[in-house]
Amino acid sequence: MIVSLHHYLFLGAIIFTIGVIGIFLNKKNVIIILMSIELILLSVSINFVAFSSYMNDISGQIFVMFILTVAAAEAAIGLAILVVFFRNKNSISVEDINKMKG
Amino acid sequence: MILYSFSFYIFSSVTILSSLMVISSKNPVHSVLFLILSFVNTSALFILLGAEFLAMILIVVYVGAVAVLFLFVVMMLDINFIKLKEGFLQYLPVALILGAVLLIELIIIFLSKNLMPISKVKYLESPTFSTVGNTRELGNILYTNYFYLFQICGLILLVAMIGSIVLTLRTRDGVKKQKIFNQINTNSKKIIDKKRIPLWKGLK
Repeated sequence: MIVSLHHYLFLGAIIFTIGVIGIFLNKKNVIIILMSIELILLSVSINFVAFSSYMNDISGQIFVMFILTVAAAEAAIGLAILVVFFRNKNSISVEDINKMKG
Repeated sequence: MILYSFSFYIFSSVTILSSLMVISSKNPVHSVLFLILSFVNTSALFILLGAEFLAMILIVVYVGAVAVLFLFVVMMLDINFIKLKEGFLQYLPVALILGAVLLIELIIIFLSKNLMPISKVKYLESPTFSTVGNTRELGNILYTNYFYLFQICGLILLVAMIGSIVLTLRTRDGVKKQKIFNQINTNSKKIIDKKRIPLWKGLK
């Protein structure tokens, strides 16, 4: 019954997969895609903290703080872009973001 | 130790279920609330791993700032959310296949012998809990070894703040607002016009 490092790694892998599936499923809703990105970052944080704790090395937790910073910045910028996009197009679907024809 | 593994399974299963609900619920407000549940359970897992400071930071930053920001935007945008769910089943098979492949690959990597060679890196059997306190240890290393990265983090946040302000700022027409720059910069000689008014005639 002992909880080893593998348990945490499997948990991180499952949450990462859920995040990736969420990006594929919700093609019409950018908000859910941003939330899926948050889930992916969360799974990476779980992996970092698990490795840091099971290797007795505090550096992993420092990197989780940096991930938190980047996630907060990404959420702020992403939602700002979303608000501007909604003002212009009156929709938040990914399929409507085709003005640049990339 | 029984209690430890029991709480691990409780928290991790709630995390997985709530993150499944995040991507599959119909209403985005429910999605945000399940995201908050997922974050809270992950912070409990961090406490189980002995990272108390990060657990508290996770609640403060993610639940207090990011999730509230999401809620704010979801409620601010006036969207027909039922319409947004239309293509959901269309992509379901592809997404499930891709997710299964990804998960199986990750698990194979984790189970392989080469990931954790016992001879090279020492992995402990159970998580370590610091004796002097997690916050003190983090502070000791964050302000010495990782000081420049810490400063760059501040810069990233500054850039994000300025960027989101610049993106969402707009000047509306027809709003009566004091423009101080224009007020100060006006030339008084052009604005004020001195005229001599003749008696009994007035101005034209």
